[in-house]
Amino acid sequence: MKRRQPGLRIVMLALTVVILIWTLFPVYYMVLLSLTPTNDLFQPALYIDHPTLRNYVYTMGQDNPFVRYFWRQLLTSLTVSLWTMVLVGAIAAMGSFAMARMKFRFRRYVSGLTLFTYVIPSSFLAIPFFQLMASYDLIDTKLALVLAMVTFATPYALWVLSDYARSLPPEIEEAGAIDGAGTVATFFYLYVPLIIPPLIAIGTYAFLYAWNEYLYALLLLTGEQHIPLPVAMSNFLTTDNAPWNLLMAVSTVYSIPPVILYYAFKRYLVSGLVSGAVSGT
Amino acid sequence: MSPTTREGGLAASSRVEVRPRARLPRFLRSTTLQGFAFTAPLLLLFSAFVLYPMLSGLYAATDPDSYRAIFGDPVFRQTVWNTLWYVVVAVNVKLVLALLLSGILDYPFLSIRVLAALFLIPWAIPALPGILSFRWALNSQWGIFNHLLTKFGFQSVPWLAQHDTALAFVIIFHIWKYLPFWTIIFLAGRRAIPNELYEAAAIDGGGIVQNFFSITFPLLKSLYLICTLLSMVFTLGDFTVPWLLTGGAPGDTTHVLATLAYRYTFAMGRLEWGLSTFAVALPITLLFIGMLMRWVKI
Repeated sequence: MKRRQPGLRIVMLALTVVILIWTLFPVYYMVLLSLTPTNDLFQPALYIDHPTLRNYVYTMGQDNPFVRYFWRQLLTSLTVSLWTMVLVGAIAAMGSFAMARMKFRFRRYVSGLTLFTYVIPSSFLAIPFFQLMASYDLIDTKLALVLAMVTFATPYALWVLSDYARSLPPEIEEAGAIDGAGTVATFFYLYVPLIIPPLIAIGTYAFLYAWNEYLYALLLLTGEQHIPLPVAMSNFLTTDNAPWNLLMAVSTVYSIPPVILYYAFKRYLVSGLVSGAVSGT
Repeated sequence: MSPTTREGGLAASSRVEVRPRARLPRFLRSTTLQGFAFTAPLLLLFSAFVLYPMLSGLYAATDPDSYRAIFGDPVFRQTVWNTLWYVVVAVNVKLVLALLLSGILDYPFLSIRVLAALFLIPWAIPALPGILSFRWALNSQWGIFNHLLTKFGFQSVPWLAQHDTALAFVIIFHIWKYLPFWTIIFLAGRRAIPNELYEAAAIDGGGIVQNFFSITFPLLKSLYLICTLLSMVFTLGDFTVPWLLTGGAPGDTTHVLATLAYRYTFAMGRLEWGLSTFAVALPITLLFIGMLMRWVKI
């Protein structure tokens, strides 16, 4: 392959440029619009002459009817995401301990049910889930959304954690047994400290899952004061005179936390799927 | 396996004798019970919020009249076609591109390393902001696409106001958003292939194309197949992209199953129709899930 390197390099460079334009243009366009003054919004261009931060100032100051409840909606998104993170972490940590470190009857069925939950599209369950929540009078509560998010984020988290836990040496249980520790003590004092790194990663995954969710948020929460940020953003679209530059400023703010978290933890966010798929065949 | 190991329960891969705790009654030392105790939260969660809603939804969707009604609805028939186009075209084009791109990202050039880092952005950004950006860029009056087209002397196109181009952009957006994720998956798969195979092929004078067909693809085949099934099932239930990009417009011609079910249930108040819409897709979904569950293990 060495002898063809110079030509290859040029082809690669050209491809890189094409792929980068394809990848980055929509993001560039979003940021560009968020910096566009309202007067220039209806004169499309690839750059702007007078960029302004006014849209961000309006958003932060809740200085426009469309962003009247910006902080409250951001807080709702954050609360739901943090609860999802904590609950998924706890449930998956317990589950992975059983799945990776114990041999028990019916283990196969637990594994099957988990995989089923991972694969079934969550939208298929949305309507009955909505009815279920309505029958318990939980519509418009964050709890309903948290329950849905925890349910759908747990399988992948369990997958990644179990995979990691299987790679731990058997000395954990041996050490626990020598100290006379029971299963519960072994779990808390020996197992949990060892799985902290993947636990942080799946916590991030769960946080992002809830942060990005749209359908369940749309169904379960209503009213400007209760909805999380993505639903509020899509509500811009219901009117014809939506201020798109303001919307793009909200979009940019909404995108920043996930981008940071994805880049920090991207290795963990795919490892489970790859090893699951590779080892399963 | 010795009875003591079974009793101790924890030592999955070790043969070291684990002392059972003398204080606990026998049934509490049972590994089955312990396994259940630790998996109880997730079993509860999955039974209450996955199995129960699915069964209650199916039970409510047993009325043949609602199937007669939706199959008689031209919007539903159009939706089935749209969904098939979306699932088959978007997923397969995306995965072929991902497989090829993963090969490019494996080259150790500087430009490629920069690309590999920036390439992830669509995956990192939530779907909604990306969709909004596409939607404004495709606006027939003020979008950048038509602006550029007219600037170079072409006719402007009402991208989202006609069925074919609107559906095409639902597919294009899907590819834009999810290509990075699957590329990384395939990249990880490629890196698991031992380098010796390529070195041996280099001695035989194998070129890039030949390497791909004789080494890379045969070894990635099963991963590729699993990814195809998985991505198809996920895409079959997609709501966010079609709903926010077109919302079914123009004239309810670009719905997919999930958005149509939403429309039936919440805009038209026809709950049974909404549930039946999903029930129609359930057999093929369960078939795919069944295949996946045989190949993938947790």
